[in-house]
Amino acid sequence: MTRYGPDEHDVLIVGGGGAGLRAAIAVAEANPKLKIAVISKVYPMRSHTVSAEGGSAAVIKSNDSLDEHAYDTISGSDWLCDQNAVEEFVNEAPKELLQLEHWGCPWSREPDGSISVRSFGGMKIKRTWYAADKTGFHMLHTLFQTTMKYDRIHRYDEYFVTSLMVDDGRCQGVVAIELTTGKINAIAARSVILCTGGCGRVFPYTTNANIKSGDGMALAYRAGVPMKDMEFVQYHPTGLPFTGILITEAARAEGGYLLNKDGYRYLQDYDLGKPEPKPVLRSMELGPRDRLSQAFEKEHEKGQTIEGPFGPFVHLDIKHLGEDVINEKIPFVRELCLKYENIDPVKEYIPVRPVVHYMMGGIHTDIHGATPLEGLYAAGEAACVSINGANRLGSNSLTECLVFGARAGKAAAENASQGKSFSRNLEAIAMDEGRRIEKAYLSNRSGKTKNSESIVTIREEMHQAMKDGAGIFRTEKSLKESQNAIQELQDRLLRTSIGDTSYTFNTELTSAMELSYMLDVAEAVIQSALKRDESRGSHQRSDHPGRDDDKFLVHSLAYKTEKDLPRIDYLPVTITRWPPGERIYGR
Amino acid sequence: MESVTLQVLRYLPEEKSEPFYQDYDVPFQKKWVILDALNYIKDHVDGTLTYRWSCRMGVCGSCGMMVNDQPVLTCETFLETYLPGPIRIAPLSYFAVIRDLVVNTDDFLGKVKRAKPWLITDELKPVTEGEYRQTPDELKEYKQYSMCINCMLCYSACPIVGLDPEFVGPAAVALAQRYNYDSRDDGHGQRNKILMDDDGIYSCTLVGECSVVCPKAVDPAGAIQRYKVTGAVEWWKSVVMPWKSDK
Amino acid sequence: MDSRESTTSRTDDAGVEIPYQRFRPKRYQPRMSIFWWIHKKVYLRFIIRELTSVFVAIYAVILIVKLNALLRGPESWEVMTAALATPFSIVLHVIILLFVVYHSITWFLLAPTATVVRLGRKRIPDSAIIAVNFLMWLVLSVAVGWIILAV
Repeated sequence: MTRYGPDEHDVLIVGGGGAGLRAAIAVAEANPKLKIAVISKVYPMRSHTVSAEGGSAAVIKSNDSLDEHAYDTISGSDWLCDQNAVEEFVNEAPKELLQLEHWGCPWSREPDGSISVRSFGGMKIKRTWYAADKTGFHMLHTLFQTTMKYDRIHRYDEYFVTSLMVDDGRCQGVVAIELTTGKINAIAARSVILCTGGCGRVFPYTTNANIKSGDGMALAYRAGVPMKDMEFVQYHPTGLPFTGILITEAARAEGGYLLNKDGYRYLQDYDLGKPEPKPVLRSMELGPRDRLSQAFEKEHEKGQTIEGPFGPFVHLDIKHLGEDVINEKIPFVRELCLKYENIDPVKEYIPVRPVVHYMMGGIHTDIHGATPLEGLYAAGEAACVSINGANRLGSNSLTECLVFGARAGKAAAENASQGKSFSRNLEAIAMDEGRRIEKAYLSNRSGKTKNSESIVTIREEMHQAMKDGAGIFRTEKSLKESQNAIQELQDRLLRTSIGDTSYTFNTELTSAMELSYMLDVAEAVIQSALKRDESRGSHQRSDHPGRDDDKFLVHSLAYKTEKDLPRIDYLPVTITRWPPGERIYGR
Repeated sequence: MESVTLQVLRYLPEEKSEPFYQDYDVPFQKKWVILDALNYIKDHVDGTLTYRWSCRMGVCGSCGMMVNDQPVLTCETFLETYLPGPIRIAPLSYFAVIRDLVVNTDDFLGKVKRAKPWLITDELKPVTEGEYRQTPDELKEYKQYSMCINCMLCYSACPIVGLDPEFVGPAAVALAQRYNYDSRDDGHGQRNKILMDDDGIYSCTLVGECSVVCPKAVDPAGAIQRYKVTGAVEWWKSVVMPWKSDK
Repeated sequence: MDSRESTTSRTDDAGVEIPYQRFRPKRYQPRMSIFWWIHKKVYLRFIIRELTSVFVAIYAVILIVKLNALLRGPESWEVMTAALATPFSIVLHVIILLFVVYHSITWFLLAPTATVVRLGRKRIPDSAIIAVNFLMWLVLSVAVGWIILAV
C-alpha cells in the first residue's frame, strides 16, 4: 500500500471520449506495467464524441495521397496550422482508422467489402470514412467496449475534476469530487492527460452537449498553461434553429443544397463556385465551414434569410436525393428532423442556421500532446497541437482524437515509466481545494449566506455577451463590451453561493463550477480575439478585414494572470512545404 | 394551454428515508420536450432537482426516465404528448436510486461487460495488412444490434430485471449478439457460457417490452430469442456430437 | 476536505431517523409488489399468456394419460373414454382448445423474432415467416381432421 492507497496511478486520463479512451488503450499497450485510470464527470459512453455524425478523414484510396490531405487541411486552416503536425497527422490517420476497424467499428462498406469513403467540406478528394451518419457514436462505443477488455484501465465514472495538483513544477494528479457521495479525493498520477473536449456551451446556440464547458481547458489555464488560438471558434453552417442540433455536413456531401428565402443557392455569390446539380468537391456547399457560415451572415445582412422565432435561418434541401439515399447514407438526419422539427426531409426543406460547433484553439501542446507543464498532456478538442489553425475541416476532428489521443497516451506512458515519486503534500493540496470549494460555492452549508444570485442569470448573460461580441464577425468595440461583461460576471460569480447544499450528486454545484470554467475560457477567447487585428479563417474582424501574414502568421498564447486580463504571447507557425497562399474554393 | 404540472418523484438521501412526489408547474411550450421542462424547473424553480442529461439529441443515452410509467428518453419526448397532464416523472424502474432521478448505472455496465462486447479474433491481423473485408450484407447482419446507446430503458421495461436482479438483461445480450453476428468475430464460444448460464437468456420469458421501448430499434427481444435458438442448437450439438462442440 | 464520517441525527417529517452518513448516501432500492402486473396492460397480457399456458400443460398430461390407458388394454380405454365424455371434460376441452389456439397464434406471431431465414442474399420478411407458419398450421389441421373424419 502506498500513501494514497488505490488513488495512485501512473497515467490518469481526464475525459472518457474519443481522445481519452484512445489514449487509455495506447498507454495500456505501451507499457503493461502501468496503472491507468480514466476519470470522467459522465460515464464514458455519454461523452460528446457520441454526437459526431459525418465521418473521419484518412487517406485510404489509391486516387488519394497524404500530401493532398495535408494541403486541404492546411489551406482549410488558412495557413495557421503547424505543418509538421499536419504531416504527422495525415500520415498516422489511416493506421488509426484501420486500428479502429480491427477493434470492430462498423464502418460503411463498398460492395467488395472494402472501406467506403464520402466527400466532405473543403476536401478535394473523397476520404471521409463513415458509419452511416453516426460515426462518432460508433467510434465511441467501439473504443469504450474495447477498453472493457483491459482490466488494468480503472474507471472513475462520475467524478468531477476541480483542479490539477501541481507541485514541484509538475502535474501530479487531480482533485475530484465523487458525485454520488460528494467526497473530495486526491487522485495522484505521474502523467495526466486532459481529454475533456471543447467549450461550445460558452455560446447560446451550439451543437455541443451540456457537458462541454471547457473544464480541461480551464484546469490547464489556471495551472499556468497557455491557451492557444482561442479566438478561432467554428460555426457549423447547418444546425437546427431552436435546439442547435447538428445536421451533418454529410447531408451536403451527399448532394444537399443551401437555399435562401427565394430558393436560390446563395453560396455562388460568395466566391465558392458555380452551382452544379451534383456535389463538386471543394466547391459551393462543400466549401469550408468558416466561409459558409460567413456567407450566411452576409446573406442575412442583405435580408435574404428567413425570419423565425429563434432567429434567421435558411433552407437545406435534400429532397432530390430521394428516400433510399437518405435512409441509407444519412438516416440520422431524417430521424432528427422528424423527431425535433416534425418535418420529413424526404419531402420538406430543413431549416438551418450557423451554430457554434468546435474550438480550433485549446491547451497548447507539442506534436506529442505534451503541454509546457511537466506531467501534463492534452488531446482532442481540448488541445491545440495545432492541425486546425484558423478553421478545421469537417471529419478531421474524429481522426485527431485518435491520432493525438494515441500520441499523448504514448508520451504520457513514457513519462510515467520514469517512476518519479509523488510529493508529500498532495493530500494537503486536496484539503485546501476542498476548503476553497466550500468557501466559493457552499457557504450556504454553514449558514453564511452570500449573495444568492442565481447562476442561471450569470450563465445567460455570458451567452448574450459571447453571442453579441464574439460571433462570426467581431469588432474591437464588440469584443471590448463582451470583455467588460465577462469580467463583471466573473466577479458576480465569486459573490454567489448556490442553494443546494447536499453532498449527494450535487449538480447545482457542478453547474456553478462549470460556469466558472466557461467564464475563464471566455476570457481567453475574447482577449485573443481582441489582440488579433486581422481576419483569418473563422476569426473575422469587420474592423480589420483581410489576412495579415506579416504580423499574424503566429499562434496566440493566452496566459492567465492573477487579477488582470490574460497576457497574450505569440508563437511562430511552423511551415514545412506549403507557403501561405490564397484559399481558393470552387475555382 | 398555459401551464402543465409535473409530478416528480424525488429522493433526497440526506433528508428523507423514502422517495416522495413533488409537484411543479411549468409553462407549456409546443417546442419543449420533457427535458426542457425539467431544465426550466432546475433553472427557475428548484435548483436542487437532480437528473442526468447531456446531448439532448437522443444519442448519449443519459436522460432516460419513467414518464407516466413508461421508460423514455426525455430529450425526445414532447410535453405536448401528455397534455393536459399532470405528467408523472420517476427514475428508471428497478434501478437503485442515488438521488431524485439519478439511478445507479454500475450494475448495468457490469452486465454489459460480462457479455464481452468487443471483437474477439482467433488470429490477429496486423493493421498494416489493411481492413478486414466486410460486405454491406455482412454489415447488415449485426448493424441493428450495434445501435444500442446504453440508455437502459429496456431494463426498466423488463419485469424479469425487477424480479431477478441478476438477469443479464436485454441490452447486454443485444451487444453480445452484435459481436456474435459480426463476420470479423470468433468470440461466440466465449460469450456462449455467459449467455447460457443461470442468469442468462433463459431467464427471459419474452414479455417483449424491451423492444417496444427501445429508442433505437435495436430489438433486444429478438436478439435474445435468436440466441435461444442458437443456444438450443449448440446444446444438442454438444450432446449428440460432443467431439465437435465449441470450446 | 472533511473525511471524518459524521452521522447526522436528523429525522424526517414522520419522525423516522434518516440513516445518512456523510459520503455514504443510502441508495433507495425500489421493491416490486406482487401485483406489479396489474397496473400495466402489457404486463397483464403477459401474465395472462403465462398463466393460461397451464392449460396447454394440462392437455399434455391428458394426452399422456390417454396413451397410458391405451397401453393398458381395452378395459382401461373404455373407462378413459367414458370419463372424457362427461360434461366437465367437454367444457375443459373447449377451454383448452381456446387457449391452445390463442397460444398458437401468439407463438406464430413471435416466430420471426427468433428465426432469420435467408433466400440467397435477401432476408425473408417477417410477414412471410408468419404466413408460412399459419399456412402449415392450416394444412396440418386439415390433414389431421381428414384422417379423423375418414376413419
